[in-house]
Amino acid sequence: IHFILLFSRQGKLRLQKWYTTLPDKEKKKIVREIVQIILARNQKTSSFIDWKDLKLVYKRYASLYFCCAIEDQDNELLTLEVVHRYVELLDRYFGNVCELDIIFNFEKAYFILDEFIIGGEVQDTSKRSAVKAIEDSDMLQETVEEYMNKPAF
Amino acid sequence: MPAPIRLRELIRTIRTARTQAEEREMIQKECAAIRSSFREEDNTYRCRNVAKLLYMHMLGYPAHFGQLECLKLIASQKFTDKRIGYLGAMLLLDERQDVHLLMTNCIKNDLNHSTQYVQGLALCTLGCMGSSEMCRDLAGEVEKLLKTSNSYLRKKAALCAVHVIRKVPELMEMFLPATKNLLNEKNHGVLHTSVVLLTEMCERSPDMLAHFRKVCLVPQLVRILKNLIMSGYSPEHDVSGISDPFLQVRILRLLRILGRNDDDSSEAMNDILAQVATNTETSKNVGNAILYETVLTIMDIKSESGLRVLAINILGRFLLNNDKNIRYVALTSLLKTVQTDHNAVQRHRSTIVDCLKDLDVSIKRRAMELSFALVNGNNVRGMMKELLYFLDSCEPEFKADCASGIFLAAEKYAPSKRWHIDTIMRVLTTAGSYVRDDAVPNLIQLITNSVEMHAYTVQRLYKAILGDYSQQPLVQVASWCIGEYGDLLVSGQCEEEEPIQVTEDEVLDILESVLISNMSASVTRGYALTAIMKLSTRFTCTVNRIKKVVSIYGSSIDVELQQRAVEYNALFKKYDHMRPALLERMPVMEKVTTNGPTEIVQTNGETEPAVLETKPPHSGMQPGNQANDLLDLLGGSDITPVIPTAPTSKPASAGGELLDLLGDLNLTGSPVSAPAPQISQPPFLLDGLPSQPLFNDIAAGIPSITAYNKNGLKIDFTFERSNTNPSVTVITIQASNSTELDMTDFVFQAAVPKTFQLQLLSPSSSVIPAFNSGTITQVIKVLNPQKQQLRMRIKLTYNHKGSAMQDLAEVNNFPPQSWQ
Repeated sequence: IHFILLFSRQGKLRLQKWYTTLPDKEKKKIVREIVQIILARNQKTSSFIDWKDLKLVYKRYASLYFCCAIEDQDNELLTLEVVHRYVELLDRYFGNVCELDIIFNFEKAYFILDEFIIGGEVQDTSKRSAVKAIEDSDMLQETVEEYMNKPAF
Repeated sequence: MPAPIRLRELIRTIRTARTQAEEREMIQKECAAIRSSFREEDNTYRCRNVAKLLYMHMLGYPAHFGQLECLKLIASQKFTDKRIGYLGAMLLLDERQDVHLLMTNCIKNDLNHSTQYVQGLALCTLGCMGSSEMCRDLAGEVEKLLKTSNSYLRKKAALCAVHVIRKVPELMEMFLPATKNLLNEKNHGVLHTSVVLLTEMCERSPDMLAHFRKVCLVPQLVRILKNLIMSGYSPEHDVSGISDPFLQVRILRLLRILGRNDDDSSEAMNDILAQVATNTETSKNVGNAILYETVLTIMDIKSESGLRVLAINILGRFLLNNDKNIRYVALTSLLKTVQTDHNAVQRHRSTIVDCLKDLDVSIKRRAMELSFALVNGNNVRGMMKELLYFLDSCEPEFKADCASGIFLAAEKYAPSKRWHIDTIMRVLTTAGSYVRDDAVPNLIQLITNSVEMHAYTVQRLYKAILGDYSQQPLVQVASWCIGEYGDLLVSGQCEEEEPIQVTEDEVLDILESVLISNMSASVTRGYALTAIMKLSTRFTCTVNRIKKVVSIYGSSIDVELQQRAVEYNALFKKYDHMRPALLERMPVMEKVTTNGPTEIVQTNGETEPAVLETKPPHSGMQPGNQANDLLDLLGGSDITPVIPTAPTSKPASAGGELLDLLGDLNLTGSPVSAPAPQISQPPFLLDGLPSQPLFNDIAAGIPSITAYNKNGLKIDFTFERSNTNPSVTVITIQASNSTELDMTDFVFQAAVPKTFQLQLLSPSSSVIPAFNSGTITQVIKVLNPQKQQLRMRIKLTYNHKGSAMQDLAEVNNFPPQSWQ
């Protein structure tokens, strides 16, 4: 996977994860372009788009579009499953996840994604383990008191 | 200073903004606050501030001033800090930033941290965006973690290793020992990531591939796959009743790589592939994903034919599936296999043709490509009907490809000449403006070759443009034909259909309208004018009218038209006796063979302007030594060396054959049957071989120069400018030898400043005979898009009087007309 984008129906970006190195301006351009392309598609079309030398796989869940860019030899149908699994993980963590959860807890959404995918490849196929790791990590996070008192370095 | 507001608070506030400007204001205020907080080196709130910064970054605002702060967070002992710090690093600190490398030490420490979640963070960050230097430094740590018994870390380390290998392929060897036991794990996460790692290694290195085949990786994988399928329900990894589809697909993919071109491996996996193919549930997307991967694997390895048929049937079933995605995927795969398993795919032809009517653009495109691949002698009439209908109704972005495809297919499989011409006519009239420019010469050649159809063709073309002359390619072909066969048109000789009554004046009317019309491109006008000229020998009553038209355009603003008109005028006046001979009917042209059946997107790009550009440097690097010498001698900085290319090796570039014919004539440099003196021309062959070369000297008249004259070796440059491309100058060099001994092994090399491009064609020979009794000719094409002053350094090497001679010279006396 080269990159993952989450954006709303109005085209507002909710999450972007890039697994390749690109200049900032380039990234913005790409995001604009892709958001435009996907928002223009109607319901009847397939979930796959040929774009430059990559394939875009996108799916809409309620008000959010999830879009992955994969290479030629990657399996598109499986990527749909990957996206679905990520949504399931979010759901499991937040409990009936909705767009607002992702907006207000974007850092958590990133943490979950990073627990599921590294370097563009899936790390764990178990539904439980990713969420468990995040919950454990959350426990590790210091409480406000601990945080204030602990020395930084 | 009051405590900075919390992240959630900020998000809430920003969302209340009603306009973009309001939002910007809020953000700027907050950024200012964050900046001062950073300046104060506040440890307590750094984390909160960076989190807010990341949110603003996502909205599109600049956040680079937070980069260093991320580093400080990573270095902090507090876990909360580290989490946000690493997130910030992944979002803001990619390898293009200067401070990226500063992370290395922190990551190294964290890789050895006592808490696995910290180690995990470090591995994740390194694996997502580590630069090559970082990877080099930390590969050892990653390798260590790959061997740990902690499966949580092991799986992350495996993916981190994948990233390291992608960035620094040389380090692959290092991870080899650790892979030995990877597949013995029970943990699915480790299994999955290990398979990914093995796949990456096998894809990148044939040695690794051979190694893994030897250590019986295939049986191991087969076993794992079997267990997955056979084992009972495992709630943790289950997706819609299928056990860990992600792992299954990855294993199938690795098997594909292992089995490719290897009989033993392929045989070992035949059974399991058949099992997966037949036992997988197809009701949900998951199952189909696995089947898809299985089909890809079967088609790619050396599988037995029964298995292949099974695979194609699966694809056929996919085609009938209601789910668009599945149909899409099926079409893509069929496209890949149509070459090898043509007959099997033919069986599904009607379904494929139906897909042409689908609403989805991507599906239509694939269906179109597949349809072209499936056209053969038997089904051509039916398929063409469908395809022509498709051409009519499809989106504009397809029309060009579809038209080209139809032309190709028609050429190969036309059942009769008349059908062929009818099909071409249909394409020209439906999608005339989308037909590729280089299809025009092809069509013209086709028409010339169908001698008995000339009358029919010209009649149909005439009728077509009578109503509408806006579609340029159609008009071009029509003009040319009318110019050639106008007499047939007027005499009403058509056998195939009802001949129409046309007078000479009516014909001239239409051609003149084309000339005058605003819709006509310059090229089209050229065609029309030449056509009118040709008719002067074919028509009997209207010669005066033709003379008048031609003389009017003698003062046209369009330089191309003006030149032609002037030349034609001269034809009428001074060379009238030659006119009939020059404007004679074109002979049937020799056709050079085209590409194979499925080349829909033709490499037709080899038309004149493209031929004149230099080939990309890395492909032409073989005579590298010579070029390097030139570079060294010239001190290289502002001059790009030119590698003398040997374009004759590709005699049959598809499509531009007609143009290349004359190109071929030039390359050999020897006198050819064409009436053109062998000065190279970007020819408008289609306007009649005779007219161009005779008059170019008169019209163009760029003075030639002596570029070099030393030791009895004289090199003259003569120039021509391209008619089609004003940035191109064609230089013909003539090397002569006034000494009393021959010069042998003569090699001419040239270099030009960076803004130019140069192409050197093959010389006529490598021996310059003595006493000026002969010359070597060579053609140089220079592309000068910026119209800069032409300068050239030349290097000459040859053998003379028994010794090797070499000389360098700079040519600065190019006349302005050659480059302006």
